Amino acid sequence: MDIPPWMVKREIIIREDCETDFNYGCPPENRSIQDYINFGAINLDKPPGPSSHEVAAWVKKILNVKRAGHGGTLEA
Amino acid sequence: MTGVLPIALEDATKALQVFLHSGKEYVCLMQLHGDVPEEKIINILKEFTGEIYQKPPLRASVKREVRKRKIYNIEVLEIEDRKVLFKVSCQAGTYIRKLCFDIGEALKVGAHMKELRRIRTGPFTENEKNYTLHQVFEAAMEYKNFGNEEKLRKVIRPIEECFEYIPKIYIKDSAVDAICHGAYLTIPGIAKLDSNIQPKQMVAIFTLKNEAVALGNALLSTEQILELNKGLAVEIKRVIMRPGTYPKLWKSK
Repeated sequence: MDIPPWMVKREIIIREDCETDFNYGCPPENRSIQDYINFGAINLDKPPGPSSHEVAAWVKKILNVKRAGHGGTLEA
Repeated sequence: MTGVLPIALEDATKALQVFLHSGKEYVCLMQLHGDVPEEKIINILKEFTGEIYQKPPLRASVKREVRKRKIYNIEVLEIEDRKVLFKVSCQAGTYIRKLCFDIGEALKVGAHMKELRRIRTGPFTENEKNYTLHQVFEAAMEYKNFGNEEKLRKVIRPIEECFEYIPKIYIKDSAVDAICHGAYLTIPGIAKLDSNIQPKQMVAIFTLKNEAVALGNALLSTEQILELNKGLAVEIKRVIMRPGTYPKLWKSK
């Protein structure tokens, strides 16, 4: 019996011990609010009625962002 | 229909394709068109777990040909007269409306989907991090009017969380910028990686600071990557990080 993807166990294997330079990039939780929004996603509870597309358009307006897209249609 | 709907913002929209392939869970209310004993309903639902064959419904966004889909589990929650409430976990691309119709055929009385709520798509579930439009609005106003980021930082999740169940390959700082320019990931650029990666599988490329760099298709398995010292490891399909985030340490020909 197949198990769902969210129950698959994985472990990280080290190939080569490496350091990372903190002068570049930024751990996700330390991002500035602007970068946090730019690289952000919302786990939205879709209300009944509007289409997934309409809901994405509302979020775009509410947050005043240029782009907002939904991941997988939930029929109205 | 209601429930979990991931909304990606700005650069994060590049990651939306992961949800096309993510496993789903729904709570479904099915209306039967005739009386069937409870025991029979439960038994038939059991038969619909495992591999099923499904022809997409008329109003579908994909080609209408029979395809195989995996139903991981169906759990009956409640049966009342001709109404059946059940929870189903399934592979991406399973049509629940069609599942109800097919169950109705198997029960010989007919059935249709009355209500549907999605409770999971990949790592996004119906938990405390599932927000309503109203809560998003409130968080946005607090930030806009008072400069208070706290609620917004809760409502919005880092894009990296979308990749929780996708195998990851962590790369060295020196390899990051080349990937941002669309180059294939080569084995020497890899610092660590998840176990059980198979060729052709979708993988997420991360930095050692746990930032998403790109999505790609693995060309080798975890074992092969660990055995070999050189060669291509991942074909990059979608770049998420902006070029120039990490220094350019590669030579152009």
